[in-house]
Amino acid sequence: MAGAFWCIVEDDRQGMPKKVMAEVIGEAARLRGGPVEAVWLTDKASDAGLRLLGELGATRVWLLEDAAYAPYRGEVWAGAAAELAAKESPRAILGPVTSRQREFLARLAARLGVGLAADCVTLAMDGDRLVATRPVYAGKLLAKVAWARGPWVATLRPNVFRPVDAQAGRAAAVERPALAAPAARMTLVERREEASTGLPELAEAEIVISGGRGMKGPENYTILEDMARVIGAAVGASRAAVDAGWRPHRHQIGQTGRTISPKLYMGFGVSGAIQHLAGMRTSKVIVAVNKDPEAPIFKVADYGIVADLFEVVPQLTTELRKLMEK
Amino acid sequence: MKILVAIKQVPDTATQMKVAAGGKAIDTAGITWIVSPYDEYAVEEALRIKEKRGQGEVVAVSLGPDRVKEALRSCLAMGCDRAIHLNDPAWSEADTLTTARALAAVVAQEAPQLLLCGRQAIDDDMGAVTAQLAELLGWPCAYWVMEEAVDAEGKTIRAGRQAEGGLEVFDLPLPAVLAAQKGLNEPRYPTLKGIMGAKKKEIRDVKAADLGLAAEPAQLVVLGLEALPPRPPGRIIEGDIPTAVKELVRALREDAKAI
Repeated sequence: MAGAFWCIVEDDRQGMPKKVMAEVIGEAARLRGGPVEAVWLTDKASDAGLRLLGELGATRVWLLEDAAYAPYRGEVWAGAAAELAAKESPRAILGPVTSRQREFLARLAARLGVGLAADCVTLAMDGDRLVATRPVYAGKLLAKVAWARGPWVATLRPNVFRPVDAQAGRAAAVERPALAAPAARMTLVERREEASTGLPELAEAEIVISGGRGMKGPENYTILEDMARVIGAAVGASRAAVDAGWRPHRHQIGQTGRTISPKLYMGFGVSGAIQHLAGMRTSKVIVAVNKDPEAPIFKVADYGIVADLFEVVPQLTTELRKLMEK
Repeated sequence: MKILVAIKQVPDTATQMKVAAGGKAIDTAGITWIVSPYDEYAVEEALRIKEKRGQGEVVAVSLGPDRVKEALRSCLAMGCDRAIHLNDPAWSEADTLTTARALAAVVAQEAPQLLLCGRQAIDDDMGAVTAQLAELLGWPCAYWVMEEAVDAEGKTIRAGRQAEGGLEVFDLPLPAVLAAQKGLNEPRYPTLKGIMGAKKKEIRDVKAADLGLAAEPAQLVVLGLEALPPRPPGRIIEGDIPTAVKELVRALREDAKAI
């Protein structure tokens, strides 16, 4: 019998799986390559969280619950997950692209001596093997890859795979394997929270509004934040805006920033340099507003308005507010 | 304090990428090669640690064909003391794990107190080698590092890593591995003196056999490379701004179903 497809749970550090898990579990089920199971390393899982994983379609949850698993430390997680994998022989190990799973699944693949495909945008069963595609070279090319042997380890780009709906009545068996968490050598000194804007995180937002050099200064981003609040979007920036010191680096979209694939990307005063396109060209719908009709971003945009963003943004916010109030 | 910096040579971002005959590799003709930008943050940070402590050695290491010497020379020009070039046809199809195993073998020979790498190379964007090195070496590792400080005795490093919703600061006993994120520093440009001096610095060639490694098949196999399908042509919405904005909202709602 084929082993299971493991989905590594990304949680909100408050005991709930993140929204992106509906995409990972949904894709694992769609592949029909084996039973879908969740693996959750956490200091504290919630009953609601465990229930949600079952309703999304996990048939089993491997719950590794120990204070040692928070905050995330690769040396602790990889050791524990490798021990469980040695016992249970999963066929595939999948997780969303997040800052910790990028590191964790690379370590786990090294520990297991198998290949890793990071940041995949498609997965498919091809007979008895899994085949993945992933953008490379700033998204200019797409690489099709497969694994020499299993388990197949992959991370999935958020917002690309279709999320599965939670179905009441589906439930997962919760297993609490007797594993001792490996000892940690790195110790947390402090966590500095970012000031909460109340807006979604850039990496997983369904709508992203981005401002470039055309924003003219840091103070003008408030007009983008106003629009973002109306439609529940995250606010990002181009490298030009970040390098000018207008926005923190964690807001940068592009090759030396975040790679995002939202359902809707709207760029204001963004020229569309290659390195920015690398970070957003897989967005489903792209809107560009720029004064310069020659701006390269219009080449990838589904909808463009050639105009001064400072005239467009307030009117667009008003129209969007009307739409949302309907 | 001895610091090893692992770097990768990659095509410049602006380079047009073409697929070579056979469809599994890139056509390297006409490519401008650079040191991957995140690796420059790693080199810069290593040099700053050495300068701050007033002593130490910074060694750049890279795996790849002959052209990689040029990238290593750039690191020497920035101020690295010497370089190691893992240059062997046995590694011509190296995936991240093969690369990490080769680099780990060099680290074991060199025994530095600190290993610095970039967050990811901007060619295959896998972002895995640093983590895999940490795993193979059994060293603690901080990913996406935005700030760091080595303690006076050179026993531990305090590193702040970017995480969802905040910055997490850890103490790691040395030896340790850090993956540099943008924002860690502003890399220096090599001076003319640095460029001249780099010509006299050592770049040692290392073969797989020198590290006691045999050729191994890649664990992740590239089946094919293709150009990203072009996006369907877009539409410039004409008209005065109030009209265009209303039409955009209508199109996003009714045609694209994006809001």
